[in-house]
Amino acid sequence: MMEHESNVNPTLSKSTGLPRKRFYRARAHSNPLSDSHFPVPVAPSQFDYSSHYPQISNDSKKIEFADIGCGFGGLLISLSTLFPATLMIGMELRDKVTEYVKERILALRTGNPGQYQNISVVRTNSMKYIPNYFEKGQLKKMFFLFPDPHFKEKNHRRRVISPYLLDEYAYALAVGGIIYTITDVEELGEWMKSCLERHPLFEPLTVQELEDDPVVKLLSTATEEGQKVARNGGQTYQAVYRRRTGPIE
Amino acid sequence: MEDPNIDDGDQNRETEIAPALIAVHPAHQSVAVAVGSDLRVFNLQEGCAVTLGDGDDLDGKSSTNVHKDSIRAIRYGANNGTLFVSAGDDKLVKIWATTTWRCISTVVSEKKVSAVAIRSDGLFVCFADKFGVVYVVDTQGISGEQGSTNEKGIPILSHYCSIITSLEFSPDSRFIISADRDFKIRVSVFPKNPLDGAHEIQSFCLGHTEFVSCLAFVFGQDYPQGLLISGSGDSTVRLWDFTCGALLDTCAVGTEAGYLETDGKEGECRPAVTDLCATKDGSLVAVALQSLPGIMLLSCDISARTLSVLKVVSISEDPFIPTSLGSGSLKQFLWMVMGVSSLQGSDLASLARVRVLSGFSKSNIATLEEHKASLLDDKDIPGRELVLQKLQGTLSIEKEVLSSAAEAVKTAMRNLLIKKHYPVEKREYRKRGRNDRKNKQR
Repeated sequence: MMEHESNVNPTLSKSTGLPRKRFYRARAHSNPLSDSHFPVPVAPSQFDYSSHYPQISNDSKKIEFADIGCGFGGLLISLSTLFPATLMIGMELRDKVTEYVKERILALRTGNPGQYQNISVVRTNSMKYIPNYFEKGQLKKMFFLFPDPHFKEKNHRRRVISPYLLDEYAYALAVGGIIYTITDVEELGEWMKSCLERHPLFEPLTVQELEDDPVVKLLSTATEEGQKVARNGGQTYQAVYRRRTGPIE
Repeated sequence: MEDPNIDDGDQNRETEIAPALIAVHPAHQSVAVAVGSDLRVFNLQEGCAVTLGDGDDLDGKSSTNVHKDSIRAIRYGANNGTLFVSAGDDKLVKIWATTTWRCISTVVSEKKVSAVAIRSDGLFVCFADKFGVVYVVDTQGISGEQGSTNEKGIPILSHYCSIITSLEFSPDSRFIISADRDFKIRVSVFPKNPLDGAHEIQSFCLGHTEFVSCLAFVFGQDYPQGLLISGSGDSTVRLWDFTCGALLDTCAVGTEAGYLETDGKEGECRPAVTDLCATKDGSLVAVALQSLPGIMLLSCDISARTLSVLKVVSISEDPFIPTSLGSGSLKQFLWMVMGVSSLQGSDLASLARVRVLSGFSKSNIATLEEHKASLLDDKDIPGRELVLQKLQGTLSIEKEVLSSAAEAVKTAMRNLLIKKHYPVEKREYRKRGRNDRKNKQR
């Protein structure tokens, strides 16, 4: 009988050691306006790198990729092996989903020694606390994959891409840094593209640049959400822009 | 479990209490006090009270109740003080010409206004609301005598979902600084064409561990860009190089004043800094602290980039805890007001007490022992009894009334600006009004 094996943590799969999603059920939506109570670093210098990246000994290394609303972590995991020397972080508002990603990363680190040491996740509201985590011009890439569309007009202000929030993302991104957005909701796709187009600190990537960037392909394939859209034969709308220097005053 | 209904009701009523505000004309021509919806101005040059004219009054009769709800921000603008702005809970921003005291423009805001700022050349007025959006108004568009009420502000930046507590232009007007209740100070480039928005963030000044309540600038001939000083609910005053967001010095004013108690209750006992007022060169920085009757004087050494405590000017006979400070740049007076828009259990609709500190001017730090800043008696203040009659509404106020006013303001500020931590059971109860669940399983 298998009873003695049931002492093992049931939330982890016996065969792969990876966490099982059914124990981390969560609603797709979380209210970004509510003031949840999770610790936030007072300033980027207070961010605890050693607890997120225990095997990274270089003190001056900083996070360069941020996945905003990372969900179950699919993109981070794909990027981890593609850019093994780069530190990356996922930001997620939902408690249970963050726990799932933490467990997933731990399991991957255990199962693949030396790998996946450069990714981590933090539970936070990125719409309020980006400047607390990242210094000016620190990030090279920011990802917004399949964000909550907030369909109602009165809820548009809760969208994670907005003219106001782009000011903060432009602050966190280095000049030349890239912002990647994708969605399967056409109206949201138009909205995000329009916000980026109108913002004086962002310019679009050329078709050639999009083709040459290995990350662009991952936008629609690396995450669970993206795979679901592909399975249902849905169309995706992406907007990829570069942070440029502002007009000289 | 106690009945949460009464709890919530009390808190709602108390957040409506607004502290009294004071502002002084840069050349000391007049002084203004706002208590609740009442705006009271006294002309110091001519020694008489001012009757305000509002463009809305067709028969020319003046009315002092020009705002319909509590005023939350007042300010004199520009180096010559030709403009005055008042704004608040009635969602109106009124721009006044200080020569005639007529309201030349009324701007409508979508939300209640919590802060205002005027660029030094007077060409732009900015205001911020309780949802975190900062708007700009081009004053050149204002026609003049007949105040138009169709003006709208153009949004230029936003602190996501946060109450903006203070708004300031940097001394050279290149930057606009906005502080919020989520401990942040944002420094944004104020562009040549601000109507397109202020998108370039210069820096964030992060370090406070509680809401930021007030901002002030100091600058000198050798340091024209200046340094930023901020006061916060964490009981500290901090000095910043705002061009890069670097924290230069921290002054734990709560501890210095002897108010820090360590009985474990987090946030309960730390007296918040309610207002700051600095002489332009930073030689004197006045700090108003909750629970401190009187004022704390700090000194800022711009070249050394440090802040230090000079002395505490305490008032023993009256529980006078200032809610707002103001000073003109040329004269050596610091004006202080303590007051509240309405007080439970009192006949007074609104109350305000004004006091003046003299000797508030450029001083030599080396001779701090002989510092002459001292509180003036009522008979010695500029304008004497007349100014008190106008600004306070009455000449004498009882001690007990002042004490309860101080408590009311403290509670109101805490309720407005400090996030409440509800225990888990209460959180479930608070969700009872939600109607977005498809199946009511509970």
